[in-house]
Amino acid sequence: MRRETILNIAIPGILLATALIAWAMGETYIITLATRAAILALAAVGLNIALGLGGLVSFGHAAFFGVGGYAMGILAFHAQNYMPLWGVIEGTKSMPIIWLVAIVASALTALAIGAMSLRTSGVYFIMITLAFGQMLYYFAISWPTYGGDDGMSIYLRNDFPGVNTLVPLNFFLICFAILAVVMVLADRLGKSAFGLALQATRQNVARVEAVGLAPYRLRLVAFVISGAVTGLAGALFADLNRFVSPSMLSWHMSGEIMILIILGGIARLSGPVAGAMLFIALEYFLEDLSHYWHVYLGAILLGVVLFARGGVVGLILGREVAHD
Amino acid sequence: MSAALLVEQLLNGLQFGVMLFLMAAGLTLIFGVMGLINLAHGSLYMIGAFAAAAAAGWTGSFFLALVAALMAAAIVGALVEMLVIRRLYDRDHLDQVLATFALILIFSEGTRFLFGSLPLYIDTPDLLSGPTMLPGGIEYSKYRLFIIAVGLAVGAGLFWLIARTRIGIQIRAGEADREMIAALGVDIRKLYTMVFALGAALAGLAGAMIGPIQSVEVGMGEPVLILAFVVIVIGGIGSIKGAFIGALLVGLTDTLGRIMLPQLFGMFMDASSATTVGASLASMSIYILMAGILLFKPSGLFGGQS
Repeated sequence: MRRETILNIAIPGILLATALIAWAMGETYIITLATRAAILALAAVGLNIALGLGGLVSFGHAAFFGVGGYAMGILAFHAQNYMPLWGVIEGTKSMPIIWLVAIVASALTALAIGAMSLRTSGVYFIMITLAFGQMLYYFAISWPTYGGDDGMSIYLRNDFPGVNTLVPLNFFLICFAILAVVMVLADRLGKSAFGLALQATRQNVARVEAVGLAPYRLRLVAFVISGAVTGLAGALFADLNRFVSPSMLSWHMSGEIMILIILGGIARLSGPVAGAMLFIALEYFLEDLSHYWHVYLGAILLGVVLFARGGVVGLILGREVAHD
Repeated sequence: MSAALLVEQLLNGLQFGVMLFLMAAGLTLIFGVMGLINLAHGSLYMIGAFAAAAAAGWTGSFFLALVAALMAAAIVGALVEMLVIRRLYDRDHLDQVLATFALILIFSEGTRFLFGSLPLYIDTPDLLSGPTMLPGGIEYSKYRLFIIAVGLAVGAGLFWLIARTRIGIQIRAGEADREMIAALGVDIRKLYTMVFALGAALAGLAGAMIGPIQSVEVGMGEPVLILAFVVIVIGGIGSIKGAFIGALLVGLTDTLGRIMLPQLFGMFMDASSATTVGASLASMSIYILMAGILLFKPSGLFGGQS
């Protein structure tokens, strides 16, 4: 086995082991942290499809994360208040339906934003995705029906058939299973004909066009898949907190998802997981250490960008080259 | 809507646009000359505002506060350029985004550490407080007129600097071909530090001038930064003229949208839902403007081929 393949199994394995050990020791808070790491990792796996494979530096992925979160919030809100949406849709507390709606809603959002943003490239693309993300953020703030600025709370975690989701470990296992499945799918996507063509658009657009492929369409499909995965993560994140607010849509969130990838290692399958675990661990230990822990986070991020560009996975694998 | 209210809102939009121009000019200059996307530009705006608040507190003079803001932002800008930014010119945009995002985290928390989390306020100087009478009998805030005047003067100065002076020639040459002007004996590193410090000073000035209108607090630079991005995307990245036109478009659209859209919807909706829909749409109006312009000109109004 290649060393990276071993890492791809080992890194999520550490996350699973952490949660199981915490469960055995009765440390509920650690399980919650592990769940948070799994969900953020899922969001970053989503972004990594656009960023790592397609080279699309989207600074607006919080938009999809938030749309997924609000899809969950709105459905559960109507279910818990017995107030059908537009008098027809009753809302639901069932996770599989919520996930489906979150995926479709965020995919459609990504289609709209991507269709406009992908007409540009480079810095324009970064700024435009950022701006569209902010547009949804301000919309969520000024739309009072679902809590506006204050966000809205969901009283009880949603249901999954046959599982008691109120048990922290069970909810962790659901999130972890989704993460594992999506990672396998993302791996296969990267190695498929589509994935290879997508990676080629990152390296040389002219040649991709010359063999008769349409780079715009390839990128748009990648952007939509990427947004849908991040949207699913958003629905889970909202479920974990039982709370949705515009902060899920803010550009800090976009930056955070991007940071996870860079900390872990860009264009690596397990990079987002390593990054999310490291991020949560930093948050946990540094927050204890100092109230101003963002200074250290900033310094570490700056150090990684300037001096250790491969992130954690890159450091472990040493000189072994990433996909490109 | 009465004519007086319309004029007042137009002037408010102009004032907002002029502020955005001060931010956007620095961003677009830095991108145009060094090819760098700088998210930390909002932090320099914040640093200017805090420096002004501190200086106004010590000296009691608003004009000394403006000078302090300019100097503080320029010095911090020059230091950051020499310590960090300089290493990013040859990197791709992703690295630039992340490194400058890291700088935001450091600056924001650092400012919170120094000044605390409570917002600060800057008093409007006596000379500029209160309203003044405009021709036509319309009353308008003297201070906002002052901002418009300073902004326009700085804009004119910037055009003169770029178009007419030796340093402006070097800046434009740097945009066109950095190897060539280095070969001609211009110290390109010094030039870059100067351009960055100039952009920083403009952002600091904008932050200081907004102090008497808004509260001075950590994170105040971020909404303005993102609007400045919208401005330069609309205007075309690298173009000062584009930044000026874009800033005025965004300032006017945002200000007038907030006033007029709720009224517009009020004509065929009941009052409360008109306010809701109008306010929500108004908060999105500038982004819709941006999307519309990009549909026809993907590299902005005055941008070259991107």
